[in-house]
Amino acid sequence: MQLRVRALETVLTEKGYIDPSALDAIIEAYETKVGPHIGARVIAKAWTDPAFKRALLDNATAAVRGLGIINRVGDHLIAVENTPNLHNMIVCTLCSCYPWEVLGLPPVWYKSAPYRSRAVNDPRGVLADFGVTLPADTNIRVWDSTAETRFIVLPMRPAGTEGWDEEKLARLVTRDSMIGTGFAKPPSEVA
Amino acid sequence: MDGVHDMGGMHGFGKVEPEPNEPVFHSAWEARCLALNRAMSYTGVWTIDQSRAAREELPPDTYLASSYYKKWGLGLESQVIESGLAGADEIAAGRALRPGQTLKRKLVASEVPNTITRGSFARSIGAPAIFKPGDRVRTKNIHPATHTRLPRYARGRIGLVEALRGCHVFPDSVVIGKGEDPQWLYTVRFEGRELWGANADPSLQVSIEAFEPYLEPA
Repeated sequence: MQLRVRALETVLTEKGYIDPSALDAIIEAYETKVGPHIGARVIAKAWTDPAFKRALLDNATAAVRGLGIINRVGDHLIAVENTPNLHNMIVCTLCSCYPWEVLGLPPVWYKSAPYRSRAVNDPRGVLADFGVTLPADTNIRVWDSTAETRFIVLPMRPAGTEGWDEEKLARLVTRDSMIGTGFAKPPSEVA
Repeated sequence: MDGVHDMGGMHGFGKVEPEPNEPVFHSAWEARCLALNRAMSYTGVWTIDQSRAAREELPPDTYLASSYYKKWGLGLESQVIESGLAGADEIAAGRALRPGQTLKRKLVASEVPNTITRGSFARSIGAPAIFKPGDRVRTKNIHPATHTRLPRYARGRIGLVEALRGCHVFPDSVVIGKGEDPQWLYTVRFEGRELWGANADPSLQVSIEAFEPYLEPA
């Protein structure tokens, strides 16, 4: 595939359709600037600022844009809140739609057939693959990203983090906890 | 189309295998492939829905055996050829054999920060939304041979409208050359048992983002 992609790039460059330095800039952005650290800051802010949390759940696009931590945020971002009674999980069964701007590029497993096929009918089995067990009486809500709306899970704030500031809390927020295939880390892991 | 890309609920693919400390890209060509796709999308020759359709139309055995970025690469090749931007002979040769066309725009490095953001797919529409949150709806039993965003597992099922998400570009129309044809978009929630039968996990609910033409009152 390496040779095939190189051939395509060469043809499209010689045709005048693309500029290889723009490709370099795109790659650099996804390798160094855009990633789950952005989502983690959003979640940590929601854990510490009740007004921001309300705004995030009401209109995540506007709330994240208001933080000013990324250049711009695209439209149609929706935040869904985990509670002791409800666990949310995000999938795209038809392709691999994912909230790139707040989580970066999706991991391989998110784009894989096992996840895309099973998340909607066996989410507890999928969670088991991640070593995660939910209480039997917790309801599970799976969001299939079948349009241009994109979802981010607001995980539960771990117990024992009272008084922590946003920066420290953000270190507990994992990518998987914002997809719904994991929980935020316990405070012992960063203390 | 009822293709292998429509995977929700299929059996036999095995366990999900998370990779600890996964890198952003697993090889340099994956990064080039992603960037090539972004840069070519920027030219405006095709839209995101047409790119998805191109990947879905890969032969099923190719689709299932290809990694995500390989599908992106193969889909891009077919789009470039089908839209007449380059010939299969040129891609095989690895160099341009004829001059290129003049396209609407070309992505330059200084513009990249502004393209990391997704565009807006919201559009205005004259007609009011037919449904409102709380309404019972049934998804239509449709099987278009072309691109659609109504997954097979959620066709002919009764659900509840949970939210109205505005009016968006309608993928089903875009890919058959009927333009953006904006439609109201809803979050529709189903009980697990409605989708998967009596043995479904009783604690499960699943939602899809459903365009109005997918729905009828129930």
